[in-house]
Amino acid sequence: MIVSVQDLTVTYRGSPMPALSGITLDIAEGERLAIIGESGSGKSTFGLALAGLLPANTTMSGTVSRAGDRAPVGGRDIGMVFQDPGTSLNPVLTVGEQVAEVARRHLRLHWRDAYRRAADLLARVRLPDPEKALRAYPHQLSGGQRQRVAIAAAIAANPKLLIADEATSALDVLVQAEIAALLRELVEERGMTLLFITHDIALASTLADRIAVFRHGQLVDIGLAARVLGQPEPYTAELIGSHLDLQTPPLIDRPAA
Amino acid sequence: MSAPLLTVSHLSKRFATGDRRVAALEDVSFTLDRGRTLGLVGPSGSGKSTLSRVIMRLLEPDAGSVIFDGTDLLATRGAALRKLRGRLQMVFQDPVAAFNPRTTVGAALDDPLRIHAIVPRRDRPAVIARLLDRVGLPAALAARAIHEISGGQRQRVAIARALSTEPDLIVLDEAVSALDVSVRGRILELLVDLQRERGLAYLFVSHDLGVVRAVSHDVAIMDRGRIAEIGPAATVVTAPVSPIGQALVAAVPRLVLSPQDAPRA
Amino acid sequence: MSFFARLLHSPEGLVGLLLLLLLAAAALLAPVLFPTDPLSIVAAPLTAPFTNGSVPLGTDRLGRNVLAALVHGARASLLVGLAAAAVAILVGALVGTLAGFSGGFIDEALMRVVDAFQIVPGFLLALAFVSVIGASLPTVVLAIALGAWTGPARLARAEVLSLRERDFVAAARVIGMHPLEIALREVLPNALPPVLALTAVIAAGAVLTESALSFLGLGDPNIVTWGSMIAEGRNVLRTAPFLSLAPGLALVITVLGIYLFAEGLSDALARRRIRQ
Repeated sequence: MIVSVQDLTVTYRGSPMPALSGITLDIAEGERLAIIGESGSGKSTFGLALAGLLPANTTMSGTVSRAGDRAPVGGRDIGMVFQDPGTSLNPVLTVGEQVAEVARRHLRLHWRDAYRRAADLLARVRLPDPEKALRAYPHQLSGGQRQRVAIAAAIAANPKLLIADEATSALDVLVQAEIAALLRELVEERGMTLLFITHDIALASTLADRIAVFRHGQLVDIGLAARVLGQPEPYTAELIGSHLDLQTPPLIDRPAA
Repeated sequence: MSAPLLTVSHLSKRFATGDRRVAALEDVSFTLDRGRTLGLVGPSGSGKSTLSRVIMRLLEPDAGSVIFDGTDLLATRGAALRKLRGRLQMVFQDPVAAFNPRTTVGAALDDPLRIHAIVPRRDRPAVIARLLDRVGLPAALAARAIHEISGGQRQRVAIARALSTEPDLIVLDEAVSALDVSVRGRILELLVDLQRERGLAYLFVSHDLGVVRAVSHDVAIMDRGRIAEIGPAATVVTAPVSPIGQALVAAVPRLVLSPQDAPRA
Repeated sequence: MSFFARLLHSPEGLVGLLLLLLLAAAALLAPVLFPTDPLSIVAAPLTAPFTNGSVPLGTDRLGRNVLAALVHGARASLLVGLAAAAVAILVGALVGTLAGFSGGFIDEALMRVVDAFQIVPGFLLALAFVSVIGASLPTVVLAIALGAWTGPARLARAEVLSLRERDFVAAARVIGMHPLEIALREVLPNALPPVLALTAVIAAGAVLTESALSFLGLGDPNIVTWGSMIAEGRNVLRTAPFLSLAPGLALVITVLGIYLFAEGLSDALARRRIRQ
C-alpha cells in the first residue's frame, strides 16, 4: 500500500462548502486507480492534496499516510501531470532544461548527465527528434507534444506515484489515445502507481484496474473497474447513462417528445 | 428537392506564420440542407474551427464561395452583412468567454432583438421570457449576471441568444465540449427538439465522435484542411473509409462494462 | 465580498480612503468653515501658529489666515487633480480603444500621436501650454491632461488588443452589432478597470504639477493654492518656516492618501479578476 487516506476533508479558504468530505481510500502499490466525477466532485482537489499542492490557507483534516519514513517530496516521490500543458510548462525555459532540472535536483546529477537523461526520457515519451526537442521552447511544440514533455518531467526522478489530473482532456481523441497508451506503458515498465483523474468514464474504464467515483466531494463507490461499472451505484449508473459513444442510439432517431 | 441552404465551394484559407505557410483550409466543399445537421469532426489542426469561422464571416478566406440561401455570403459586407447575420447564428465553446463579463442574461438576449428590430421595445421582455422558457430556463434568470449562473445554464442562454433572431442555420463550435457529461445530454436533446420544431440546420463542430453521432444526419471528417470523408452519419461513423476516419473511430475509448469487454491490459 | 468591502479590507485602501475623505470634507466644507475670502487680511502678519485662537495656524506675510488658505487650497488641489485625471482618462481611453480596435493605419497613426506627446516631459508641456494660453484653472487642468493622457491611451490599447480576440467580441459581431457599438459598449467598459487604476497616479501627479505651476507663478492668480502658498512662504523660510511647511505637508498627505487608495483599489480589482 503506497498511500492510505483516512477521512480526508478539505475546505478551501473562503468557501462555505468542503471540496472533499471524509474521503477514505487506499492506493495499492503498482495499481492503476482512476477517479471519475464531474466538475465540483473534488477529484482534482484530491490529486492536489496527495501531491501536497493545496494552497497554504486550506483547511485539511484527516490523514494521508504514505509508505516510507520520510515526508514525500514532489518530483522525487510523486510526479504530477496537469491538464493544460500550455500552462504547466515554463514558457521561457527550454524543454530540455525543464526535464533535466527535475533529474538534477532529485537525483543529484550534474547538468551534463541530467541533460542526457532528459534526452533519453524525451525519446521514451516518443517525441520526434529528441535532441532537437531538448533545445525547443514549449510554444514551438504542439499540445500533444507538450503533454509528452510534461510526462517526461513528471517521471524524470523515478517517482513511485504518478498523478495525472485530466491529463488528456485538452487533447483531441487521437492524441488522447496515444497519451493514454504511453501512460499505461510507462507505468508498467517502471512499476509506478498511477492515479488517473478524469471526467471521461470510457477512458477510465480502458485504463484503470480500480475506479473510484466522486460526487460533490464524497466517495460514492470504489472497487474493481468491472464491478463499479458493471454493477453500478445509482449515481454511477447516471454517469454511464449520459455517456455518448458510437454505439449509443442517436438522439435524432428518437421519436419526437 | 429544394436547393440546399448552405453551399460551400472550394474554400481555401492559408495562414502565414513567420516564413511558414499553413493551409488551414484546402479546397473544402459541401452542402447543408434545411433542417439537417452536418457534423464536422477531425483532429486538432484539421481546420474545423477555421471553417466555422469563415462561414460565420469572422475570417476571410483566400478563395472559394459560400452561398447561403441563394445569397453570395462572401460578397456581402457592411450593413447588408449585419442584416443577414440574423439568419445565421453561432454558439461558442466556452460559455464563459462567449458573453461580455459585465452583462446580464436579459441584456445578452435583448441585444439581438434590438439590433434586428425583431419586436418593438415594450414587447422585448415578453419575448425574452419566452426564449428563456423555450430553452428550459426560468424567466427570472433574466435579471441575473452572466457569471452567476452555471455553465449549463449559460450555454442554454447562448442557445436562446442564437434563436432570438429566428435563424435558418446555427453553427455550434464545440458547443457542449466544456459541459459536464450529465448536462451535455440535456443540451443535445434541446438542440434536437429545436431543430424539429423550427426546421433549423446545424453545422455541429466537435472533436467528440460520440456527441457528433448523437445529433448529426451527415458527418464530414476533416484532416489537415481537407474534407477526407463525408456521408451519412451511420456509415461514416461505423465504417469509415478514410485512414483518418478509421484512426479517429479506433481512438474513441469504449466503455468497458464487463470483464469480457476489457482490452488486454 | 462586495467590491467596497474588499477595498476596506486592505490596510492601504482604508488609510488612503480616510485621508481622501478628510481632504474631500475640507474641500467641500471650506466655504462653511471659512466663509471669508482666504486672501483677505484678518490679523497681524506673521503670527506664529498655535498662539492666536482665531488663526490656529497663524498668518502669512500679509496677515492672511493660513488655515483658511490651507482648507480653500484643498479645493483647488482636489478640483485640479480630479479634473485633470478625468480628462486624461477619458481622452486616453477613447483614443486607445479606437486605436486598438481599428488596427492597421488608424492604429499606427494614433500611436504616433501618442508617441509625440509622450516624448515631451509632462511638466514642460504644461508649462509651455500655460505660458502661451494664460493662467486659469481650466487652462491648468488642460495643460496637465495634455501630458497625462498618453499613459491611459497605451494601457487601454493593450487591453483592447487582447479583448478583441475574445469570443464575446466575435459573438457580438455574429449577432450583427455595429463595430462602433462593439468598440464602445462591449470592449471599452471591459478595458477600463486597469486604466481606472491609473486615475489615482494621474491625480497625484496633477496635484503636484499644479502646485509646481502655482509655485512658479503660472497658476490661477485669483485663487489660493498650496503651490502659491509655498511660493509666498519661500521668502520668509528662515523666520517663518510654517508658512511653507504647512501647505507642503498638506501636499504630502494628499499624494500619500491618493497613492494608498490606489493600492487598495488595484488590490481589490485584482482579487476580483482572479476570482473571475
